[in-house]
Amino acid sequence: MTYLGDVAALARKDLLLELRSRDTVPAMVLFVVAALVVFNFSLPAGSGTLAAYGLLWVAIVFTALLGLMRAFLAEREQRILDGLVLTPADRSAIWAAKGLAVLAFLLLAELVALPAFALFFEPVGAELVAGVLLADLGLAAVGTLLAAMAAASRARELLLPLLFLPLVIPVVVGGVGASVAADPARYLGFLGLYDLVFAILSWASFEYVVTE
Amino acid sequence: MITARALERRFGDKRVFSALDLDVADSEFLVVTGPNGSGKSTLLALCAGLLAPTRGEIDVAVPRERIGYLAHEPLVYRELSALENLDLYGRLYRIPERRERIGMLLERFGLWEARRERVGAFSRGMAQRLALCRTLLHDPDLLLLDEPYAGLDRDGAELLDGELAGLREGRRTCLLATHDRERVASFATRELALA
Amino acid sequence: MSTSLRNNGAVVLAAGAAALLLAGLALAFYWVPNAPVEGFRQRIFYVHVPVALTAYACFGWAAWKGLRLLSTRDRRYDLESYTAVHMGVIFGALTLVTGSIWARTSWGVWWSWSERQLVLFLILFLFYSAYFMLRYSTDPGPRRANMSAVYALFGVVLIPVSFLAIRLAEGLIHPVVFDRNVDENLAASQLVTFGVCLAGTLALAGALYVNELTGKRLDERLRELREALA
Repeated sequence: MTYLGDVAALARKDLLLELRSRDTVPAMVLFVVAALVVFNFSLPAGSGTLAAYGLLWVAIVFTALLGLMRAFLAEREQRILDGLVLTPADRSAIWAAKGLAVLAFLLLAELVALPAFALFFEPVGAELVAGVLLADLGLAAVGTLLAAMAAASRARELLLPLLFLPLVIPVVVGGVGASVAADPARYLGFLGLYDLVFAILSWASFEYVVTE
Repeated sequence: MITARALERRFGDKRVFSALDLDVADSEFLVVTGPNGSGKSTLLALCAGLLAPTRGEIDVAVPRERIGYLAHEPLVYRELSALENLDLYGRLYRIPERRERIGMLLERFGLWEARRERVGAFSRGMAQRLALCRTLLHDPDLLLLDEPYAGLDRDGAELLDGELAGLREGRRTCLLATHDRERVASFATRELALA
Repeated sequence: MSTSLRNNGAVVLAAGAAALLLAGLALAFYWVPNAPVEGFRQRIFYVHVPVALTAYACFGWAAWKGLRLLSTRDRRYDLESYTAVHMGVIFGALTLVTGSIWARTSWGVWWSWSERQLVLFLILFLFYSAYFMLRYSTDPGPRRANMSAVYALFGVVLIPVSFLAIRLAEGLIHPVVFDRNVDENLAASQLVTFGVCLAGTLALAGALYVNELTGKRLDERLRELREALA
């Protein structure tokens, strides 16, 4: 139970930090709306309604990326990770807490993005929302681990897109499938599988990314 | 308590020290001196377990929750208050009667008035005092202090003198890295000079 | 293992690889009969698929070495894992090239999104290229070794997941324009040829791996000796 307590304490800290500085979530919201507007101009007439769904998923992935870039900023700049790592708390709790925070930010951004998408482009159905929720879990799980890796490198945030994008291609497939396919259940199931597999892998390997 | 054999640590091609043997017994107060770049901070980080040796081995007989580590940086969140920072560490270190202990430490280090202020607004000296609170919060058995006097004003330094004297009396094991030997000579049981 | 024995082992492997490859290619281009539908063009299959399988083997080997590093904290595995990824990327690039050539000879296009292997390798190529970016932009040391090992593990998990994704994407994203009329049952002669080619490419990968690893370890040793003398 102390594990959950640790995760809660750390997650609370991450949410509190965002509440104080208020930089990540507004940026994500603005970005995703701006992206949607750009898409209007990048879709030629007669592209079909389906193309818009594809672009929505591109927007979601890049918005997640934006949120992740700043995920470990404070810990990295002030070397706070050293302090956290020395506590008796399991290092994976740091991952879980940070992942939850990133998930929360992403959901907040999507709370604006999905209605905006429905307004500008195409209706948003239940399968799409389910797909978004499942995809968010995967994006947050994998992204948090990769963000910690990038934070430990010299290139920092510049490295994160390179690490992140290839790994989330399956999420895009699952998400788009859930949005447009005739049988979204298959794609939702696939997203669930992705989440399970990569969450476990990220959870187990976070320890090694933040220690020597 | 700490045993190191043929310890070596490299950063890329740069070798900070090599072939270092070290034995620190319980209750020793070891002062580590040496010029900049001689590896004092690295040695403390190795003892804390934050770094792994490039060569050789190091064995610290104390579990990590019993280690108190004071680094160059205060390791606290600038956007949170002193109270919030210590509360977080207090939870993670599973300190019994957390609030009382935090309150006592803040008082002892003269930070009680400023406890709800953003750490980002603290002066260097206040941040260092907070770092000391963080280090002592869980009443560690082994203390690793890297330049603890850095940034402290005269009052802060006197507070720290008192703390160190208390630790000495309580027979806590301490490794203290510093430039300023004279300041801590009275506490030291032994000195290690890194080339 | 004494130096001479180790040297001999590497030479034997290299010689064996050369022999197997020559034999395999000879079999593939001269002995085995033409495939019923595709004809002569199909022979590139004997190069393309073994190369692809070898790439998978390299990535798997890299992940295995990465796992060993994480469980034993023995840093010797770092170089082995890295070299395996390097080999995997080389063979992966070869897979893309041979696959592209095959697509060209089969359908007249240099690329087709409906070619599952090709798309999978494109994703993997991106992924493992980022591996090198990660290594390049991190200071050498235990942290970099750990992160590389974790990344290699992610890679090997990504392979089946991506494959699944590509299959799911097929009807959805790009229409299946081209379909290969592969006769599923390989004749005995084809199997033999395939087997020899596969053994040859695996041996080649092994020989290159040993060669590069030895070279890198020598570099390391040299640097250590230099330092010790300085």
